[in-house]
Amino acid sequence: MSDRHVNVEMSFPSDLSEARRIQADLVEALQSNGYGESHVFAIRLAVEEALANAIKHGNQMDPGKHVHVTYTVTADRFDIRISDEGPGFNPTEVPDPTADENIERPCGRGVYIIRNVMTTVDYIGKGNVVVMTKLRGDPE
Amino acid sequence: MSTSARRQRITVEDIGDIAVVQFVDKKILDEQNIQMIGDDLFRLVDELGRRKLLLNFSNVEFMSSAALGKLIRLHQRMQQAGGKLILCGIADSILTVFKLTKLDKMLKIVKDEQTGLTSF
Repeated sequence: MSDRHVNVEMSFPSDLSEARRIQADLVEALQSNGYGESHVFAIRLAVEEALANAIKHGNQMDPGKHVHVTYTVTADRFDIRISDEGPGFNPTEVPDPTADENIERPCGRGVYIIRNVMTTVDYIGKGNVVVMTKLRGDPE
Repeated sequence: MSTSARRQRITVEDIGDIAVVQFVDKKILDEQNIQMIGDDLFRLVDELGRRKLLLNFSNVEFMSSAALGKLIRLHQRMQQAGGKLILCGIADSILTVFKLTKLDKMLKIVKDEQTGLTSF
């Protein structure tokens, strides 16, 4: 098999349409490395949620602030680091959206979804950097 | 932009007293799009007085948690109005997100449109 290792590093202003363009390239990289449909969906979802959090909650949609993304796709694993220029947050303080008292709240599911669809998720420093990994060997 | 804001995002077919809604877009993601879809759906309830909504997701391939929030608000609005909201035709991958967030317990979800039409 040819080596389809993909390594991407980029920065873009706080614009959700930029986030969509990243996802199109990412999906292509995952598919060319043979990732199955459910893994592609899970990764795309986690990246969508993390980028939306970075742009909306981190950078507060400020076009003067940027989001920085580095990701690697190999046949075995996907790794991504997303950082914003916001004040960060404490992920342990995000309420469980599946708790009875929160289930009807319209917001606050992004972090929960990310944690549940990726293999590992870490928030670094003040919380404005998220590092996520999905192993290809995870059950589909 | 204004042309984008005006374009059609849902289609509505009346089957008896049930409003069957199909989504035009395969991806329901960005805030503006979700807001427009939400406005159209709320209009069905608040201005057109519809009390039975069947949302058919069979055209939708991808959606984010932002869209889930809008569905929760619509569900709450329907309850306040004494109506009923049913979702159908949800792809397996998207259904896992509903299950993961336990929204499958709060929202009524059925397999397909035919089942939905007989579930009100």
